[in-house]
Amino acid sequence: MSEYKIFPIGDSASTIDFGNYILEALNKKVMAMQRWLQQNPFEGLEDIIIAYSSLSVIYDADQVKTRYKPEKTVFDFIKEKLHEAYEKSFIVEKDSLVKRIPVCYDPAVALDITFVAGEKNLQVTDIIRLHTSVIYRVYMIGFQPGFPYMASVDSRITIPRKEKPRVFVPSGSVGLAGSQTGIYPVDSPGGWQIIGRTPIRLFNKLKANALIIKPGDRVQFYEINLKELGRLSKP
Amino acid sequence: MSIVIIKPGILDTIQDTGRTGQGSFGINTGGAMDRFAAMMANILTGNNVKEAVIEIHYPGPQILFENDALICITGADFTAGLNDEPLPSWQPVLIRKNTVLQFPVSKKGARAYLAVQGGFVIDKWLNSYSTNLKAGIGGWKGRKLEKGDEIFFKQSKRCVSSLFKSENNFQILRWRADIGKVYEQPHEIFFIRGYEWDELTRESTEALEESNFIIRSSSDRMGYQLKGTHLHLAEKKEMVSCAVSFGTIQLLPNGNLVVLMADHQTTGGYPRIGHIISAHLPKLAQLRPGDNIRFKAIDIDKAEEQLFFQQHEIQIWQRACAEKLNSIYAEHRS
Repeated sequence: MSEYKIFPIGDSASTIDFGNYILEALNKKVMAMQRWLQQNPFEGLEDIIIAYSSLSVIYDADQVKTRYKPEKTVFDFIKEKLHEAYEKSFIVEKDSLVKRIPVCYDPAVALDITFVAGEKNLQVTDIIRLHTSVIYRVYMIGFQPGFPYMASVDSRITIPRKEKPRVFVPSGSVGLAGSQTGIYPVDSPGGWQIIGRTPIRLFNKLKANALIIKPGDRVQFYEINLKELGRLSKP
Repeated sequence: MSIVIIKPGILDTIQDTGRTGQGSFGINTGGAMDRFAAMMANILTGNNVKEAVIEIHYPGPQILFENDALICITGADFTAGLNDEPLPSWQPVLIRKNTVLQFPVSKKGARAYLAVQGGFVIDKWLNSYSTNLKAGIGGWKGRKLEKGDEIFFKQSKRCVSSLFKSENNFQILRWRADIGKVYEQPHEIFFIRGYEWDELTRESTEALEESNFIIRSSSDRMGYQLKGTHLHLAEKKEMVSCAVSFGTIQLLPNGNLVVLMADHQTTGGYPRIGHIISAHLPKLAQLRPGDNIRFKAIDIDKAEEQLFFQQHEIQIWQRACAEKLNSIYAEHRS
């Protein structure tokens, strides 16, 4: 299918990487490999972390060594496992239903939308139209509990991260970073350009591993006003 | 069976060996910064290595023991004392009820660990006792310990009180862990080369191993920010996010390095220059802002050897401590 590299990211973690791309086909392969490893785990496997075009395994190296007694290093054993996962996994993913997420683009909560419009020589209404017109793929969850990385945004509104990250970004903030769009599930510092806010609570402490938005999902945003944001935000 | 925080320290949290298996939900591993010290505190008190311990930073807390207990303090030397009498570290100690444990002076290291025989009574979140401060969950109410917090510990089948041989406030048990090797040469930190290592300029790869880096005061449980020679990739690189690990050395756009520590995010998008070997994470976790680091690259096979060696030592201590505890309880019964 495509070229990949396998390398250690420590003595207890390794990555298989398909390159620095945001491509649906690669991400689907990564997810297929994750499924295969979940169904065919090796002893000592502690976690699988998928990203745009890479999959990483975290393991107890001592346990792997004791169980499988690799000839050379534990890393060599892991490398073989990742090759195997690549060879034996296949993509079965079908397009999922589109999840529709309400977003308020009012500058009162869309802290950077006026700035982005200025940078891109667009009206705020154009930003909203372009941001809501695309069905995004959720490529990965990372950075924070439940933070979805979605792509790809319309090239007319791609914009780099802020040079100086904000110390405080409220939960629910919807941001842009390059060709990605994402949602901050919890209050935190952050460098994405904030163009809206959703009342949907992405992270629930009690159901932390039953995410509303998961890798492989398709998401489309629709506009709501400040009043609706307030009403929908109530618990 | 409980302890009460009568005066909180600057950052006392419940930790264990970390919350694994949740990376794909963006939930990080967290856990004790110095896993080795946390495990040893448990081992010396006869606990499972994964029991909850209290991770203590300096200034430390004052802790009232409402009941007799068998405890062990490991990690940093904050001159632990019980009612003003000094207590040893890395050694199990019987403590009388109505005594106060405190940490008056910081002598060495950055984090101390307190374990109590039986373990603390803490609800697990996603299969771990660790406190996730960012998400405000796990550990003790998802936060650091505060004044008045009363934390229970599990009732042990073994009666601690019966082991006292005198009226003293505490009694030191006869064995201790000789942990010298783990923290030897504290500033010499080994790493394996990261994926973007080859993309550094030659001056940068040389500077990484031949100059000192100093831990900045902005360092915390998430990462150590380093001050030193600025490093550069031969060509600027745009990266998409990828998983990172405890010990990953990232190169920031301004040329500075950051070493990811226990509370690091699951993924990151900066070049990975290297990864600290697991066997050296305990000593790294005990370095403080202002301390310097000298990096040395080694190969993955050597990194693994050191990891296995440390694991092996831990297993030996585990068996030895269990035997010692069994023998003193048996001695007492006879």
